[in-house]
This record gives sequence, C-alpha cells and structure tokens, in this order.
Amino acid sequence: MNSKYLPLAATVAVFLSIFLIGGALYNNFLTTRVFGNILADNSFIIIAAIGATFVILSGGIDLSVGSMIGFVGISMAVLDSLGWNPLATAALLLLFGVLFGAFQGWVIDALDIQPFIVTLAGLFLLRGACFMVSLDSVPIRHDWVDFYTDIKIHLPGKGVLRSSALVMLLSLVIGIYVAHFTRFGTNVYAVGGDRESARLMGVNIRRTTVKIYAFAGFYSALAGVVYAFYTKSGYPLAGSTLELQAIAAVVLGGTLLTGGVGMVAGTLFGGMILGLISTLIIFNGSLNSAWILISSGVLLFAFVVMHRFLVSSFDVKSNG
Amino acid sequence: MSELLTRIRGSRAIWPLLALVAILIVDGFISPNFFNIRIVEGRLFGNIIDIFYRAVPTALVALGMALVIGTKGIDLSVGAIIAIAGAVIAWRIKAGDPHGLILIWSLLVAMICGGWNGFLVAGLGIQPIIATLILMVSGRGVGMLINLLYGGTNPSFESALLQGLSTGSIWLIPTRIVLFAVIFAVLWFVVRKTALGLFVEATGGNAAASQLAGVNARMITFAAYAICGLMAGWAGIILTADIHTSDPVSVGLYIELDAILAVVIGGGSLAGGRIYLGMTVIGALVIQALTTSILISGLPPEYNLIIKALVVLFVLTLQSENARRGIANLFTRSAK
Repeated sequence: MNSKYLPLAATVAVFLSIFLIGGALYNNFLTTRVFGNILADNSFIIIAAIGATFVILSGGIDLSVGSMIGFVGISMAVLDSLGWNPLATAALLLLFGVLFGAFQGWVIDALDIQPFIVTLAGLFLLRGACFMVSLDSVPIRHDWVDFYTDIKIHLPGKGVLRSSALVMLLSLVIGIYVAHFTRFGTNVYAVGGDRESARLMGVNIRRTTVKIYAFAGFYSALAGVVYAFYTKSGYPLAGSTLELQAIAAVVLGGTLLTGGVGMVAGTLFGGMILGLISTLIIFNGSLNSAWILISSGVLLFAFVVMHRFLVSSFDVKSNG
Repeated sequence: MSELLTRIRGSRAIWPLLALVAILIVDGFISPNFFNIRIVEGRLFGNIIDIFYRAVPTALVALGMALVIGTKGIDLSVGAIIAIAGAVIAWRIKAGDPHGLILIWSLLVAMICGGWNGFLVAGLGIQPIIATLILMVSGRGVGMLINLLYGGTNPSFESALLQGLSTGSIWLIPTRIVLFAVIFAVLWFVVRKTALGLFVEATGGNAAASQLAGVNARMITFAAYAICGLMAGWAGIILTADIHTSDPVSVGLYIELDAILAVVIGGGSLAGGRIYLGMTVIGALVIQALTTSILISGLPPEYNLIIKALVVLFVLTLQSENARRGIANLFTRSAK
C-alpha cells in the first residue's frame, strides 16, 4: 500500500474500532440511527474542518472558524427577524465568508505576518462583530427553514440522513474534488510541501494563499449557515473554541500540521471520531463532560504519536 | 539628528511604546482624572495602577510564552494549566494543607504540565502547536475532574494568604505587582546574565546548528516549556485567588491568545530566535491599557474585541517589513 494512505487507513480503523467497542458495550449503539445522528450533529464541525484541511495542507492555520460560525449564525437570525429570506441571507453571508477569508489570505501574504496571528485577529474581529449584531439569542422562524429540516433520506434500519448531513457530504465531495482533481488543489499541496520550490516552479503564491483562505472562509460560513438552520437560532457566543475542534478533526484525520501531507476524506473520519467519543460518553450516562475533553486529548495524543512514528519510519515528510 | 531618526525608525521597540503612550494620551483626554493616583486603605489606587494590576496575569504568562516562542515554539495550553493550578488550590485547601504549601503544590503541578509539553516537543519531536493543543483540549477537563473528585463543581474557599496575593499591598504597591517585579528581575537575570537566553535564541534560530555547536537543544527546549508552565501556574494562583473559586471552564479563557499577542506586539517573531522580555511586558500593558480605555471611554464593552483586533493589525502592519518597504516606496516616489 502506498504510504500516503497509511494515516487515513489508521484513522478509518480507529473509527471502526471505537464504533465496534460502542456496539459491544451498549445495545442500539451499532445502528444506522446512531450513525446518522453522529453525521448530523457534527456536520458543521466537519464542514468547517474541510475548509481548515486546505489551510493546514498549505502549511497555514485558521483560527477564525469558530467566530465565523457565530457571526454567520447571529447575522442570519437577526436578518430573519427583519424579514429577510433565509436563502438570501445565506448567499450574502457565504459571500462575506469568501471575502473575509480572501482578506485574511491577502494580509498573510502581502504583509508577511504569520497566519496564526492574522487569523487570531480575525477571531477577535468576528467575535466582536457578533456582540455588536446582538447580545441575545435570536430564534429563526421561516417556512423555508422548516422545509430544510424536513428533508431526510432514510437509511436501512431506523436511521436517517438529515439535511445537515447531506450538505456536509456534498461539501466533502466538492472538497475532495478540489483537492485532488484541480490545479488549485495541486498548488495547495505544493505550497504546503515546500513554498520556495512551489514559487520557483511557477505557482503564484499570493493568488494561491488568497484563494486558500477564501475557500476556508466559504466553508466556515457554510458551517455557520448549517449550524443556524440546525439549531434554528443565532447566539453571539455560538462556535466558541470550535476552531480547535476543527483543527483536532483535521489532525485526527491524518493531515500533518507541517503542511503538504494529508487527505480531505480523512477529515470526515476525524470529525466523526470526535462525535463518536461524545456519543459514547452520553450513552454511558454516568460520566461527566470532563471525560469528553480528556478522552479527546488522549486520542489526539495517541494519533500525534502514531503519526510521528509513521512519518519517521516511512519518511512521508521530514519534520524540520 | 537624521541618524537618530533612522535609528529610531529602525528600532522595533519604538512602535509598541508609541502605541502604549498614544493609548494613555487618548485616555487622558477621555477622562481628565485618568492620571490621578490616590491612597486608599494603605494602597495606591488609580487607573494607571489598575492597568498594571490587571496586566499581571497576562504579563506572567506572556513572559513564559516569550521563552517558548524564542525556541521557535508556541504554547496553547497555558489557559488549561491555569485551570489545573486553580483546581489544585481548591483541592489542597479542602484537604487542609498549610496554605504556603498549597502554592508550592500548584506551582509544581503547573511545572509538570509544562514539562509534559516540553517532553512532547523536545522528546518526541511533535510540532509545538499540536503538542500543546493536546493539553489545551484536555486540561480544562482535568481541572473539572479534580474538582469533581475532591470538592464538587466549582468549589470556593477562604484563604488569608491568597486574599493577600489578590488584593494586598506591600509599601503601598499591590502585592502582585511587587512579586511580578521580583519574578521579572529573576527571569531577566537568568535569561540575560547567564548563557540560557543565548542558548534559547540559538535553539530557536537553528536547532540543528546549535546542537552541533554543543548546545543541548532538547534540554533547552524542554526547560523553556517547563518555565512557561511555571509562569502559567503563578498566573493561575493569582486568577484563582481573585475569584475565591476554582472555575476550570472559564478561568483564563483566551489568555494564551493575549499572551501570544503580547509577545508579538513586543517584537518577538513566531519564527523564533529572539526573546524580548521587557518589550513583552510592554505588549501585555498595551493589551490591558486598550481594555481599560474602552471601559472608561463609555463605549459598550462589545467593541472591546473589535478595537483590540484593529490595534493589533495596525501595530503588526507597522512592524511588517513588507508594509514598511511599501510605505517607504510611496514616499520616495512622491518625492520625485
């Protein structure tokens, strides 16, 4: 097997084994219903994480994800209460996400400031904007939202794929296509692998960086739209620290933070592993939410060490 | 004269200092009593004192962060370490330890947390951002767990010693500022008057080369994270003393981001190789002065984050080589 697929295979194996362990421990765990719920409940994290995968593949990082979700959600709710059509606000906010991301990308490349700091400023800016839009939780009520939540595909068994899960799977397919079958995707890997070589080979670094962050901005905004429709409300603190969960999902999915190595499909499983852990702990019933945090950390640790081992034994990419 | 101007323009130190002075001058206009300092109950009070007082936890964390960033690393877990240190305090007070010993316990635990990060980074060679993300994700859970096992959710406590650390004063000056000055002096001495600072900067500049030159790069990196954990533990003691409660979910939330900002505003580069201890403290003061001035200006606190973000972007743009070159080109072109 190509060593490139090893981290992905490991992620899938871990996902399956946790799912099987859950099935052995609890009745009704190993069902399509639980599977469908995990997909739907974590759809916005996975959508945001797909965007974050591109940023991380390019060797950057995007901390503005959680704030973007909060800002999009609260703006949708407030515009809804002003009588706007949810589809129009969604389109407007997706455009905003693209522009905001592009701006971050431009600042990173043109001013040569580290992505960590620029997107940190983005995190503050958007969270501040949330508080300026509204300090209270605002409900979203519209026929179209009800129509959206009613869309379902029934799975064998009692499971359903809800609309959020469908949007997530669609964005995953698009993400995979862009990463592996377009010139832009190749450029992302090239920039992440070795920026200077990529530039010498004729990759326009400025344009690629702007595009990467614009793409991630679009996915964060989309995650915000899905989140708002899913919870049928906007809340100015929504999505706090979600950027970390997105990054954790990407890392669990086998993408290296050094850039250049990883697969978009892995992020789906990384996000679902995080979802599985909280589902397991909820099924247990006697464990406190502290355990969700601790077990996510332990799993992250195990994965990082495993990747480190894989990297050094197969020399996927030397870690400078 | 022009030589002096060039030197000032070339100095990285000038921009954060200017930013701090500018913020304070604006404050002076907003609130005429801004610079007043009076003595109440044997302690100095006033806005300026308040800025120093409130900046102490961030500045402590930022100093540790400056060392870590000097090794080309980053520590995201300081907020989680603060939460764990607070939980240890509540736990040991419940257990009835003498309060002086409790401080040592929580500092020790914080240093072990930092050492764990150091082990992951220096021992296993994991990227700093992801190595410290592990503790950042799970650390607050550990704090919650300590609370649950030994005191219930968010246990509160009474302690004269901790009260003294929070609101007490020594010779009119708040205790925590005096202690901060001592800690800063010790750290400055260790970093600048021994070879440690040089070794850290060498490791951050080029770990492989400094290893070949005989610097134990791994040991230095490990020590930097352990010290960073220790500083975070001290900040955790102060923040926990302020609220008489261990609150692992929200204590020191986002402090890692403020601390990293303080280092970067102070001229430190995330690319490593440089430590500016004094400028880092100035960076922490800039952040706190901003927050204080938004409070006294009567603007709704919602603006706090936005203004912080804009000032940060502004200061960073001034520090960016590319932007400075662009502006310089603009001037030379218009001069022709």
